[in-house]
This record gives sequence, C-alpha cells and structure tokens, in this order.
Amino acid sequence: MTISLSDVEQAAHLARIGLDPAQLDHHLADLQQILTLVEQINAVDTDGIEPLSNPLDAVQRMRDDQVTETNQRDQFQPLSAATEDAHYLVPRVIE
Amino acid sequence: MIEQSINVLAAGLRRREFSSVELVKHYLQRISALDPQLHSFITVTESNALAAAEQADQRIAQGDESPLLGIPIAHKDIFCTTGVRTSCGSRMLDNFVAPYNATVVEKLNAAGAVSLGKLSMDEFAMGSSNENSYYGPVANPWDLERVPGGSSGGSAAAVAARLALATTGTDTGGSIRQPAAFCGVTGIKPTYGRVSRYGMVAFSSSLDQGGVFARSAEDAALMLQTMSGFDDRDSTSLNEPAPDLVSGIGESIAGLRIGVIRDHFDQGLDPQVATSVQTALAELEKLGAELVDIELPLSKLAVPAYYVIASAEASSNLARYDGVRYGYRAEDPVDLEDMYKRTRAEGFGTEVKRRILTGTYVLSAGYYDAYYLKAQKVRRLIRDEFVDAFKNIDLLAGPTTPTTAFTAGAHADDPVAMYLSDVYTTAVNLAGLPGISVPAPLADGLPTGLQLIGNFLQEDRLLRCAHQLQQATDWHQLKPDLV
Repeated sequence: MTISLSDVEQAAHLARIGLDPAQLDHHLADLQQILTLVEQINAVDTDGIEPLSNPLDAVQRMRDDQVTETNQRDQFQPLSAATEDAHYLVPRVIE
Repeated sequence: MIEQSINVLAAGLRRREFSSVELVKHYLQRISALDPQLHSFITVTESNALAAAEQADQRIAQGDESPLLGIPIAHKDIFCTTGVRTSCGSRMLDNFVAPYNATVVEKLNAAGAVSLGKLSMDEFAMGSSNENSYYGPVANPWDLERVPGGSSGGSAAAVAARLALATTGTDTGGSIRQPAAFCGVTGIKPTYGRVSRYGMVAFSSSLDQGGVFARSAEDAALMLQTMSGFDDRDSTSLNEPAPDLVSGIGESIAGLRIGVIRDHFDQGLDPQVATSVQTALAELEKLGAELVDIELPLSKLAVPAYYVIASAEASSNLARYDGVRYGYRAEDPVDLEDMYKRTRAEGFGTEVKRRILTGTYVLSAGYYDAYYLKAQKVRRLIRDEFVDAFKNIDLLAGPTTPTTAFTAGAHADDPVAMYLSDVYTTAVNLAGLPGISVPAPLADGLPTGLQLIGNFLQEDRLLRCAHQLQQATDWHQLKPDLV
C-alpha cells in the first residue's frame, strides 16, 4: 500500500509526536519501507484463523474485588515536572 | 579470577579465600579501566555495590550458602531500581528514579547478588545494535568498531569484557540472543511469562521477556532459576513454580532429537557463520544427539508479523510518556497539545518515533484489520508450526544471527536492513518459546551463536544441551583481546 505525507502527519498527530516539517519526507520513506516489509504477511491465507494475543493462550487472571493499592502519592508526585496541592499541573485547557 | 564460574567464586567466598567486598572492588576497577572504551554501563553504583557486598559478607559469615550470594552482576537499565535512575536508554527517562524495584531486581537482591550498576541499551529496547541509546553507542569488546548487538548490547558487552559475572536483559524479538551471539556469550530468553515483567519498562507486552547473559550455561542457569517464578503483580506471569535448572544440567543429551531448521540456512546466512554453526551441531551429534532436518516455512513471515505487533503494542505502551506524571517535559508549552507533542518530539529518539508512527498507523481506523489482526492471525500460524514441530523433536537448532557483528553505522540509513538482523530470533518471541544463544566457533575472529529453541517451559533442556556442548568444547571460553 502506498502512503502519503498526510497519512504520516495524521499518524504523528494521533501519536502526539511533533515532527520537524523538514523531516517529513524522510519519515514517509521510512514508513513506506517498513509497510512494504510487513505486507509480506499478506502472502499467507488466514481465513478462519483466530488472532493470537497470548502465545500460551492464557486469559486474564481475576482477583477478589478488594482494594490492594495503597496511596503512594508522596512517592510518586516528586517525579513530576509540576505539581501543586497534590495535583499534577498542565497548561490551561479551559479559558 | 575473572575466568572462574559463579560456582567456583561462590565456593571461594564461603571458604573466605576472598570477600565479596574484594571481589566487587576488583570488578569496579575493571569497569573503571575498560568501560571508557565500551560504554556498556549507563550508571555505575559503586557505593551501593560496596554496601551490598558488605551485607553479603555478613550473610556468608553466618553460614548462608545461597549460590549467588556476594556475586557481582548488573542490570539492563530497563529494570526499575529504587534510588538509582532507570533511563531505558532514553532522554524521556533521563531524570526517572523509580519508586519501586522490579521483581527481577528484588529476587536477585534477596539472593544476595551484588549489582554493580545499570547497563546501556537501545532506547526503550528498540534496536539491534545499541546505537539507539541516548547515552551513546556501546562498542563490541571483540572489535571496538563493531556493534555489540541490541537491544541488550550493554548487558552482552559487559559479560564479554568480564565487567560482571552475569547480567540481566530483555528479549522482545531477539534482544538477548542476538547480542549474546555478537559478543560471544551465553544468553537465554525463557518461556513468555517465566520471568516477571513487573518493573520492567514495557515495549511490547505480549512479547517482552526478561532473561540472562552469562559466560556459561551453568552460570545462566543459576541466575535464571533465581529470577523466575510466578508474580501476582504481572498479569501475564505464568502460574508455575520456579524451575530447577541446575540439578539436571549435567545429564547426558544422548538420544535427544534436535531439529535443524533448514529455513535458517538460507541465502541470507553468511557462509562462515553457517560453517561455525554446522561445527557446533556436529559436536552435539558427537555427544549423542540425533540431528533431524526440519522445515519451518512460516517462520520467514516472523519479522513482518513482528514489526506490526511489536510496533502496535509499543505505540500503545509508550502513550504514557506525556510529560505529566514523570519523565521529560518540554519547556514553556503554549498549550496542552504543544506540551504533549514537543515532549514526545524532544524526549524520544528517531527509532522510537519510527516504531510509534508505524504502530499508530497499523492500529488506525481502516488499517486495523489489514495489518494488526492479520499479523495476529499469522502469529497463531507461526506458533502452531512450532507446536507441530515439537511433536516429533525435543529441541530446534540453527544460527542465532545471519552475520557476525556488523560495523557501527552500517545500517544507519536502512531501518529494514537492521530489522533483518533478528530474522532467526523473532519467531521464537511470537510463539512464546524459550531460546538460547550459545557461542559457536569464531568466524574471521568474531563470535557466532548457535540458537537452540525449546518447547514451552523446557528451559532445563535448553540449558542442559548448552552445558553439555560447553563441557565438550571451549568456544564459550574464548575472550576478546581487550580482556
């Protein structure tokens, strides 16, 4: 499949990665080359085959519905670039 | 002293021939002397190591005979360590000091192993050359102009240069076995779920698996046995007891049926590497193993399927690096979207962005079925091909890598050429099977690796086969001139 610059820009926007406009052609070429590689999987017929997400066919374990996590805010918040009164600070989103 | 096995050194510690503090100081001196040429460590934790060695000496004095007690090791910088930065080779986590230890770290700490520090790696474990580390490339101890492999390049180089007895690593598509082959050491990736992923920074959660580098299968068995076992904190941890990998390691491999994967001796394989691997296979035959040719035609689709699944999972896992709660945050954002976009533009390196973009694309509306679901279906076919093969044979064998270590910069402008360095290893991750790379004879002065692949949960058989080979040959004892 051939992809376009707008596909690359859309993926970058969805992934919230700012791309240098001067590098866009480079990213497009890389992505095109990778997609050409991965499209080799189309050579095999997978009709009726179930997708495999865990190689041992394991299913998610369930546990009792009890609180197990403790409050570790004092350990976690110092890792942030900006906190105040136990909140994480980000740029204003509502004017 | 540096050529001795863990068992021999542990016996020396117990007999008080030397102390753990002396042993650890010796290794710290080696790191100071040699690592400026290799850059295998991102962080050396000298004072922590000496304190841990003192504690180990006290436990030894009290009669504790734990096999790893007082033994110097080091961790790939992907395993979280309280009080010591866990960078994952990324600018994004350059300032990140985890508030908890990974289960692997806890288990090795409890066993009394002494960590010397944190080892370099490709950023977020994405790479096959260790050229993608924010902290600079790692050199191969056998030839400083060449790469050590990746992503666990620092872990492999450090063991090869005798800067630690054993090291931890992770393997998502070959990141333990490929650098082990390039650096001439033994590297094992166990069955998916054997080693807890708790506190191991996530790349591709259905493929990531922790494992070990050591100079011998015997040393690797001691480490892996200690690291393995069920962990409630990892949702995909196997509910199996930690295996006994040590007591049966000396048993004969006579009668073992080994399937030689013909598809891995294809046109892409360097003829000299082929010769080395054939020599190792012939040695297994001399030890009584029966070699059987086997075809795994679907395994050639492993790299394409892998780059869909791994990139998709990476794009999801790495969404957490948004500059809000931890890690790098861009300066002076004008709004929230600008903060996200610049944080991730400035915090991630080229290869990580490439994988996130690939993963985002294959998961996006309109492409999900054609790429992601299709790759998961191919994954099932690849897994089932292995399951069928193991109905008739005990182990699979072939080369670990198509070439010896390549020159730094060789694949700088060609991501797909780099991806093909893992052409013989990725299928094993897709199938969740255990795999090991064992040194085979040198090719043109550079290490090569024999890959052995086991059925689910059969790490003991892999290690026994590797150990028997190492009892009969000295390829694993060859060392670079640097040492």
